[in-house]
Amino acid sequence: MIVLTTLGVAVMSIGTVFLALAGLGLLRMPDTYTRIQAGTKATTLGTILVLVGAALIMPEWTVKLALIALFLMFTNPLSSQVLARAAHRAGVPATRETRTDALAEDKEGLA
Amino acid sequence: MSDTFASAKLFAITFLFWMLLNGAFALDVILVGALVAGAITFFLGGSLHFLSGYRLTGESARATVGYVGYFLGELVKANISVARVVLDPALPVVPAIVKVRTRLRNPVARLLLANSITLTPGTLTVEMTDEWLYVHWVVARTTDPEAATDAIVAGFEKYLEVMYD
Repeated sequence: MIVLTTLGVAVMSIGTVFLALAGLGLLRMPDTYTRIQAGTKATTLGTILVLVGAALIMPEWTVKLALIALFLMFTNPLSSQVLARAAHRAGVPATRETRTDALAEDKEGLA
Repeated sequence: MSDTFASAKLFAITFLFWMLLNGAFALDVILVGALVAGAITFFLGGSLHFLSGYRLTGESARATVGYVGYFLGELVKANISVARVVLDPALPVVPAIVKVRTRLRNPVARLLLANSITLTPGTLTVEMTDEWLYVHWVVARTTDPEAATDAIVAGFEKYLEVMYD
């Protein structure tokens, strides 16, 4: 029991590190799109690790926590994708370092 | 696949979900769950083809396991690579929106592909039109559609192809 709790705390701590890195990524990334990227990746793994840690500490919650993780993996990328698409449609500029924007090129071709 | 079978599946999935969330086999819980699952199936059954197109075969089940394993591996790699970029003082980003093509026809398979791309190594699906996906890439290795397709899509596609019609 003690072993599981210790392991759970360790896994949760790793999860919080990823969440903190996501916050740092939001601050450091140069434009909207790269910020969305930093926000999506690290928060998904971070939150899943926190949930796994919680499952190790309270094994009887495992099924519910797994369902929460499943919901998260379906909804998190959808919201990021919709945000990115809305930003692109509204004409939010990407950073100057962006090498190419195939979507903008194709839209000009269609118009 | 018949409509009755599709409805039965939708009912079973929503009801199972409810039971798992509650985690209790009490009469009132079961009754409410059956009522709500029944209402969802009745009113929304036409627009919620949740698992339609998923192949119920052994091969498909194996591909699903392979897909989940591959996805989790990619998720961990994605996080480590993004963490490395964020922690690097020089912030080595080479962003680009590249165009990739998918062979998948099934809408659910395309949804899973777009979601998987969004959750893995520095890639984010921005827009989707027919078989073309526009993907924002934090550290773009190439801007050529063919090469980008190999790098981003191919890994997931080979599992999803087996899982869906």
